[in-house]
Amino acid sequence: MDIYFQDVGFTYQKGTPFESKAIYDIDLSIKDGSFTSIVGHTGSGKSTVLQHLNALKKPTEGTVTIGGRVITNASDNKGLKSLRKKVGIVFQFPEAQLFEETVGKDIAFGPKNFGSTEEEGLLKARELLPLVGLDETFMDRSPFDLSGGQMRRVAIAGVLALEPEVLVLDEPTAGLDPQGRKEIMTMFYDLYKNKGLTIILVTHQMDDVAAYSDHMIVLEKGTVMKEGHPKEIFKEADWLASMQLGVPSTVKFARELEKKFDWTFDSLPLTTDELAEQIINRLPSNGGGSL
Amino acid sequence: MMDKLIFGRYIPGDSLIHRLDPRTKLLGAIWFIIIIFLANNWISYVAMVAFVLAAVKLTQINPKFFINGVKPLIWLILFTVVLQILFTSGQTIWFRFGPVVISEEGLLNGVFIFLRFVLIIFMSTILTLTTMPLSLTDAIEFLLRPFAAIKLPVHEIALMLSIALRFVPTLMDETEKIMNAQRARGIDFGEGNIYEQMKAIVPLLIPLFVSSFNRAEELATAMEARGYKGGEGRTKYRQLAWSGRDTAVMVTFALLSVLLFVLRT
Repeated sequence: MDIYFQDVGFTYQKGTPFESKAIYDIDLSIKDGSFTSIVGHTGSGKSTVLQHLNALKKPTEGTVTIGGRVITNASDNKGLKSLRKKVGIVFQFPEAQLFEETVGKDIAFGPKNFGSTEEEGLLKARELLPLVGLDETFMDRSPFDLSGGQMRRVAIAGVLALEPEVLVLDEPTAGLDPQGRKEIMTMFYDLYKNKGLTIILVTHQMDDVAAYSDHMIVLEKGTVMKEGHPKEIFKEADWLASMQLGVPSTVKFARELEKKFDWTFDSLPLTTDELAEQIINRLPSNGGGSL
Repeated sequence: MMDKLIFGRYIPGDSLIHRLDPRTKLLGAIWFIIIIFLANNWISYVAMVAFVLAAVKLTQINPKFFINGVKPLIWLILFTVVLQILFTSGQTIWFRFGPVVISEEGLLNGVFIFLRFVLIIFMSTILTLTTMPLSLTDAIEFLLRPFAAIKLPVHEIALMLSIALRFVPTLMDETEKIMNAQRARGIDFGEGNIYEQMKAIVPLLIPLFVSSFNRAEELATAMEARGYKGGEGRTKYRQLAWSGRDTAVMVTFALLSVLLFVLRT
């Protein structure tokens, strides 16, 4: 499902003394089956953009087109539900959305709202628990007895249970330990690779952006500054620094090597594997130049 | 929905009214509500209206916001006014239709009630638009202090008030976030029949309560860790300072009260 933004702008509390413009002149396109990362400094409008992706907010200017459906300020709220089933959003700290008596029921809550029966929902919950790294014994436990990390997994399962075509993730790993962070990100990447989900990731972790995404959008002060492949965007480390953003640690390390040994990398290494490979190729025993 | 709420919000500014001591403003607003009941004829209401309009002008805030403050209550006001008009018995009958009797006294009463409502709302809006909520709690704490003599836990009340006020916007944000998260999971707030609408509130209320409990526990721990033991022997960071302007405002209020006594019949 393709998503397009055309001249989209959004103003909070329009027409009151507390009016504030969150985003403006946003043009972007997210292709079906892509892994898009949205990065930007805190307060750059990422979360506002995110809420336009499944029509939780209607743009005050411009048009948003989600899978052929056009949403403008004037369009009505009828039938947005079918849209919301297709675009699942995992909000920041999603564990705050849990409320049912048992984990199973909470995961089944979404499907039930979209017309599944309780049994179908519970069945789906049972399937999803192993996927997010929990086992079936969790089905009948209260979500409020779980640890923070486990609650996060249950909440994510609750969104996956909608079987969305597009999955929007707002800092899904914030506050998790390194192990949990890796597990969760790998799970999302598998969904993208194996099930062909379109994923939109909002994050501050440049390493995640580099490792997983094939498209990157840089927001600053409420508008799109750059859009393109991470390889292109991470080339401009100084420009990113001026946007108060960094580069992935691999890129940083590659830059240090370039400075120290007077090397130039043919293509910017985004993952550790890529970086290691490029270094190995340069070693004298492999016919590369001198160190 | 909550975006539209003007009443009870602070608009930063640097007008004469903004710079007044919060105690002056709070006492003034309360005093005004008491003395407005003294007004009982045209001339005294004219004096009150002139006083309030002057105060609104002094805040340097767009008068539109004051009118917006009245809007949510307009039906209640009109309802009361209509009741007054219909059920005040009087001598000069202007209109009679079956059991419906409209007298001159009734109409006059209706107009006065209307003015009274609007003036009280304007005055309290002046108070909330120009005073930071925290200054307001300071003022309440100060004014409640005499009641400590009758074992009123003044410090605790003030503490709870300031914590409550501090967390109103946080809880509003949280509400909005949870609403969005549940909407994304297929809940339609404010749609369907009453039963469906009430059922839709549960996935919002439970997380809100749970997060409030967690927040309270974290806050209590953080306060203890920073050495909070209770009201005894604390010093104050924000000091209230009474100045000449405050005395002047109080004198104005006194003069207004005297004037009302003279004008009333």
